[in-house]
Amino acid sequence: MSGNMNLTLKVWRQKNKSDKGRFETYPVQDISPDMSFLEMFDVLNEKLINDGKEPVAFDHDCREGICGMCSMFINGRPHGPLQGVTTCQLHMRSFKTGDTIVVEPWRAKAFPVIKDLAVDRSAFDRIIASGGFISVNTGNAQDANATPIGKDDADASFAAAMCIGCGACVAACKNASAMLFVSAKISQFALLPQGQPERNQRVLNMVAQMDAEGFGSCTNTGACEAECPKGISLSNIARMNRDFIGAQLSSQKV
Amino acid sequence: MNWFSKMFASSIGQKLILALTGLFLCTFLVVHVIGNLQLFKNDNGLAFNLYSVFMTTNPLIKTVSYLLYFSILFHAFKGLQLAYKNKIARPVGYAVINGKANSHWTSRSMGVLGTIILVFIVVHMSDFWYEYKFGNIPYAKYTENMSTGEVKFERYLSEAGEPLTINSKKEEYVEGNNKIIIVKDLYEEVSEEFENPFLVMVYILAMFAIGFHLFHGFQSGFQSIGLNHPRYSPAIKFLGLWVFSILVPALFAAMPIYFLLIK
Repeated sequence: MSGNMNLTLKVWRQKNKSDKGRFETYPVQDISPDMSFLEMFDVLNEKLINDGKEPVAFDHDCREGICGMCSMFINGRPHGPLQGVTTCQLHMRSFKTGDTIVVEPWRAKAFPVIKDLAVDRSAFDRIIASGGFISVNTGNAQDANATPIGKDDADASFAAAMCIGCGACVAACKNASAMLFVSAKISQFALLPQGQPERNQRVLNMVAQMDAEGFGSCTNTGACEAECPKGISLSNIARMNRDFIGAQLSSQKV
Repeated sequence: MNWFSKMFASSIGQKLILALTGLFLCTFLVVHVIGNLQLFKNDNGLAFNLYSVFMTTNPLIKTVSYLLYFSILFHAFKGLQLAYKNKIARPVGYAVINGKANSHWTSRSMGVLGTIILVFIVVHMSDFWYEYKFGNIPYAKYTENMSTGEVKFERYLSEAGEPLTINSKKEEYVEGNNKIIIVKDLYEEVSEEFENPFLVMVYILAMFAIGFHLFHGFQSGFQSIGLNHPRYSPAIKFLGLWVFSILVPALFAAMPIYFLLIK
């Protein structure tokens, strides 16, 4: 077809956690501009399998921008050159024929590479498990309007809850800091009445777990916010900071 | 560890230390630049020299100055320590990184800019602070005619032209219709230093480093403390840009330029 592209891919290949890893160069031909970046990788993997080679391992699931799995660091940016999209929402029309595209896994001590482009993001799960929830009794759901919530707070809480836990914030941050993720998970509850009973303990526990996982600390470069596919705001980090300081200073525990 | 040290050992606590010391250093810069504007006074340094005596003898200011020295050292130490910690949070780096697509270069260069500023502070303090406290700074003698208000300036010398000293930074007495002020002449020291074009260059470059450091640092400090608000943050950013990253460094830079080119 006319308009199809020929590209050169430089892809990070790494057998397992302990392998040192290296870049491999693959030419890919006849790529439609309407393919998503992941579909282009499917084409590459078909070819590798047909050639009797090991396909490139990469994470993907929903392919509609809501699961947060497709972690690829493309030409120096998480999820590639566009803003506000995941890798599955990036289409090959963002590139032109003859381009060389460098694809790397997320790089962070807390996100070890499992294989090729797939990294282990269970550090995020452990942070959530340390307090990123509200404790509720089971039973019938209460009446929807029983607890009044201001529109602004509800909107801000929803905006924070947009976080899909993809880890692009960590990948983009020069310090591999997870503060945008953690602050979004704290803010979505801190803004709602249901989040208040555990608010102080939540921020203390989640920040402690975040530090224990080996993420860096925030230097407010704003790279996370700029690269976040869901546009999570830096103001969440400020909220986490003041909640943390407030919780530390007001805690009754010695 | 008790809760207090735990709080400051956490990633957010470390940032809090940097923010609080950094913002304190910002307030110092404002005081420093306003005080030093007296260098531009055409009075042979009388106002500036008296101000120098005040700043180094007033007990309240002396106390704050120890807090200041501590803040400079602690801010630098914590900043470098945090830069190192953040480095090891990414043991394997990227082959390709496009930082300018998502952040301003100043925010990614705080460690380098801060180190330049630290080296500058060492040079600056050995030039003036150390000289003033421990070096041999000549004395100036100002004779003020109390009825006309006219001030006569001369170096404080013996009949043979040898520099004379007194046992304190300043002496003041009345002789007939004249008020005599003998004071350590830091102004002279400043004007001598800035006759050297190389040193003037160093000072100007250092002011660029401070400007860029504060362009990110001032507003970032507020974010670290947790102050980010749609009403106040624009004002904080405005102050950070126009006052701390442009006006203050420009005024400081104007001082060596004034002595080199005009004085």
